[in-house]
Amino acid sequence: MTALPALSLVLPEVLLTVGAMALLMIGVFKKKDSTSLLTGLAVLLMVAAGASLVLDPPAAGTAFGGLFVVNEFTSFAKLMTLLGAGIALVMINSWAHTEGIARFELPIVVVFATLGMLMMISANDFIALYVGLELQSLSLYVLAAFHRNNLRATEAGVKYFVLGALASGLLLYGSSLVYGFGGTTSFAGLATAMASAEAGNVGVIIGIVFVIAGLAFKVSAVPFHMWTPDVYEGAPTPITAFFSVAPKIAALSLFLSVLMGPFAPMVAEWRQVIVLIAALSMAWGAIAAINQRNIKRLMAYSSIGHVGYALVGLAAASTEGARGVMFYLFIYLFMNLGTFACILAMRVKGRAVEAIDDLSGMSKSNPGIAMALAILMFSMAGIPPMAGFLAKFYVFMAAVNANLVPLAVFGLLASAVGAFYYLRLIKIMYFDAPRDAFDKPDFSTRMVMAASASLMIVYFIVPADLVSEAASAAQALTGR
Amino acid sequence: MTALANFLNDLPILSVVTFLPLIGVAIILSIRGEEEVVAQQSRQVALLVTVTTFLISLNLWFGFDTSTAAFQFEEKVDWLPEYKIAYRMGLDGISMPFVLLSTFLMPLCVLASWHAIEKMVREYMIAFLILETMMVGMFCALDMVLFYVFFEGVLIPMFLIIGVWGGGRRVYSAFKFFLYTLAGSVLLLVAMLAMYIQAGTTDIPAMMATEFPVAMQYWLWLGMFASFAVKVPMWPVHTWLPDAHVDAPTAGSVILAGVLLKMGGYGFLRMSLPMLPEASVYFTPLIYTLSIVAVIYTSLVALVQEDMKKLIAYSSVAHMGFVTVGIFTGTKQGIEGAIFQMLSHGVVSGALFLCVGVVYDRLHTRDINRYGGLVNNMPKYAFVFMVMMLASVGLPGTSGFVGEFLVLTGAFKVDTWVSLLTATGVILGATYMLYLYRRVVYGELTKDDVRAMADLEPREVAIFAPLVLAVMWMGIYPSAVLDVMNVSVDKLLEQYQPAAGAKAMLAPAAEQAMAWLGGR
Repeated sequence: MTALPALSLVLPEVLLTVGAMALLMIGVFKKKDSTSLLTGLAVLLMVAAGASLVLDPPAAGTAFGGLFVVNEFTSFAKLMTLLGAGIALVMINSWAHTEGIARFELPIVVVFATLGMLMMISANDFIALYVGLELQSLSLYVLAAFHRNNLRATEAGVKYFVLGALASGLLLYGSSLVYGFGGTTSFAGLATAMASAEAGNVGVIIGIVFVIAGLAFKVSAVPFHMWTPDVYEGAPTPITAFFSVAPKIAALSLFLSVLMGPFAPMVAEWRQVIVLIAALSMAWGAIAAINQRNIKRLMAYSSIGHVGYALVGLAAASTEGARGVMFYLFIYLFMNLGTFACILAMRVKGRAVEAIDDLSGMSKSNPGIAMALAILMFSMAGIPPMAGFLAKFYVFMAAVNANLVPLAVFGLLASAVGAFYYLRLIKIMYFDAPRDAFDKPDFSTRMVMAASASLMIVYFIVPADLVSEAASAAQALTGR
Repeated sequence: MTALANFLNDLPILSVVTFLPLIGVAIILSIRGEEEVVAQQSRQVALLVTVTTFLISLNLWFGFDTSTAAFQFEEKVDWLPEYKIAYRMGLDGISMPFVLLSTFLMPLCVLASWHAIEKMVREYMIAFLILETMMVGMFCALDMVLFYVFFEGVLIPMFLIIGVWGGGRRVYSAFKFFLYTLAGSVLLLVAMLAMYIQAGTTDIPAMMATEFPVAMQYWLWLGMFASFAVKVPMWPVHTWLPDAHVDAPTAGSVILAGVLLKMGGYGFLRMSLPMLPEASVYFTPLIYTLSIVAVIYTSLVALVQEDMKKLIAYSSVAHMGFVTVGIFTGTKQGIEGAIFQMLSHGVVSGALFLCVGVVYDRLHTRDINRYGGLVNNMPKYAFVFMVMMLASVGLPGTSGFVGEFLVLTGAFKVDTWVSLLTATGVILGATYMLYLYRRVVYGELTKDDVRAMADLEPREVAIFAPLVLAVMWMGIYPSAVLDVMNVSVDKLLEQYQPAAGAKAMLAPAAEQAMAWLGGR
């Protein structure tokens, strides 16, 4: 095969790679602080990569000798990742300047991390998967510790790195087992091998469990979630916003494409594992969040819970389930970005605060932010008329259709428990006595807040288009 | 003019009635200016919008065809096409009166909050308008998911109303209200998902025509029961209600007692009975037991209350016990009585909470012992309170009588013991209400601050006049309301009776009683 047609498939990745290197050059040779300029350019890169996906959707196909796959599923997942990364970058800029961590590497590392995510999403081979995953992970370790003079940030970075390396090891070990018993690292080849003689082989099953453990770490599903609260709390807030969306979307998409691709014939084996970690994540995400005092830790547990709900769709192991997951992720993306925009707005006289009690009485001092956050919280709790309700509805519907009724019941009960702590935020904002008013947030933060909150209502009323997009993505994944 | 009339006729009236309050929200949000001005204008806009909504909803009453059990004023738009879930609205004789009840109480609530709410008036009015949309939408919804959306959506504004503008332990009560109801609703959602798998649709009329396997019905029924029983509320899951009532602002209590409690009973009628008839028959003894306990036990609890609102809250639980008994008798009298009782209770208990609100606004206490002898200086108030008290007791000529009488008639046909035990509630009800009335209104006017209380002002007269008229009208001419639901209840019984089998035999005496009441 020639190189050129393959390149058209990987256009977004090429854009990001070349662009990131160019940005590095600019950063090195420019004398003055160039963070703002580079951030702007990085956002442009994301926009360009996203536009190339939307305006000229690549035809389905594989590149680099089958290492790399492109179809509607990967395009949808990449688009969400780029959206998450781009919006997070916008919020990073002003924050970096006020907190004194404005160094030109910051946007560039984000671009590299995003590049790794796009490669993960398109991986069609365990080798490609690992390369993408590591590019992403290494960039994220750096980002977590980016505030290097801050004790909590360095602790978060080191913790993330050690545990992340362990998870990568698990994943590698699992894929080596799978290779040993399946005879290939290619997803397509494995799919054939699994469908025939090897299905049910204990060695392969152990391999799959290790792979799942590694991926579960990346999406922070219980019991591989321990790093999440510390990293969320320690990392600079807009970086946390980035952590909470882009890597989660990429890793969950990878989860889908691995388990429902090469391992689809072994659904009976891996489903029980997924059911277990989904149930644990939903339960622990709901229970452990109740006692949190720091809003970023709260969001960590909230995202653990949300991953659990998304995994319910994966456990269904059907096109319907995959559609549910993609829809869930899209709603989750904006729900989380909006919430983090509100958290970024928590500044009293120039100083960032992050205790939940600082929200006290916000409905009187900052009614706009309070209303946006309230809408987002009701959406997170899955209460209609917010899009978060539909997101849960689609995954649970898929689970019930796949005869996973106990899991669905369990999830719904967990969501009732989880509603408690989301309500607690609303209670603090609306029922308690006001404290110091927050400073007026900058324009971009306000825009993210307002847009996310409105989307929660808009997608509740007219979800049909988004759902059909998610459906064609899911069809491309499962081929059904 | 004809062009305008045509345009108005072509409007989807149910959507207009449901979402008109949201337009009011948009208007209120756009008000700018000093806080005082904003507050005053918010009140005016809210009043205008709720009154307009009520006037438009009157078209539903006058345009309603009482000769058919089919759903009327139907609207249908695709919403979630993958699951064939549609935005489908429609009314039959069972749901239509509840829509009227909601739109009728709403302007009165706005008026009642005119001076009682001083802080965050704009947000308060917004919460009430959203609440109205959710309530009306719930009664109109003809798709289960849509029903659920409105059913749950009610929680958000009510949670805020109790939590922000309430008194006492408002935060505790708001949470208790929210989590109790949510836990129940979640099980309803599970039942809905399972029913969807079975029926392949969430369309309520289509589901009524689906026969669910009997073994499955039991579980589905229990899932729904968990949700509706909390909403009704039935003993022993009623404990959120006294707390919520005591701590809610007056208008919040009115809506809570007037409309929100009816959602449970309406759910039983709309879903449990027609869709799961076998399970409904199977669980009828359970309902009877819980209802009778509720009627007797909560009546006794009401008897010893010192807090006026709490007393009325417990009396609500007891009165709703009549409703659940009536619904599950599976007789025409029982069901019509239950619906009538719900409507009557909506007006009467709403009015009773307003009566408490009147004296609370003046003296800022709900302690019964702090009052006494009000008849001397507040004669108008004493009159209104008396009418409502007697309606609550079930005096013939008031709306309360018709509902209770029909329910007891229906119960008598099915099981004399149930009828007998439920009837004790009438006696106990008379005891605690008359006792309350004696302590608050009669006696010597000894306390100085009580003597200084002024009688009803014109605004309050305007609130109570429609309520008194409604109670009298429903009591004296009940067939106006019974005619509306007649055909729809017949259809419901057609779906239910094959399961109920022999239980549906009609006793001649009861027929005569019906003929006398309804003029038929």
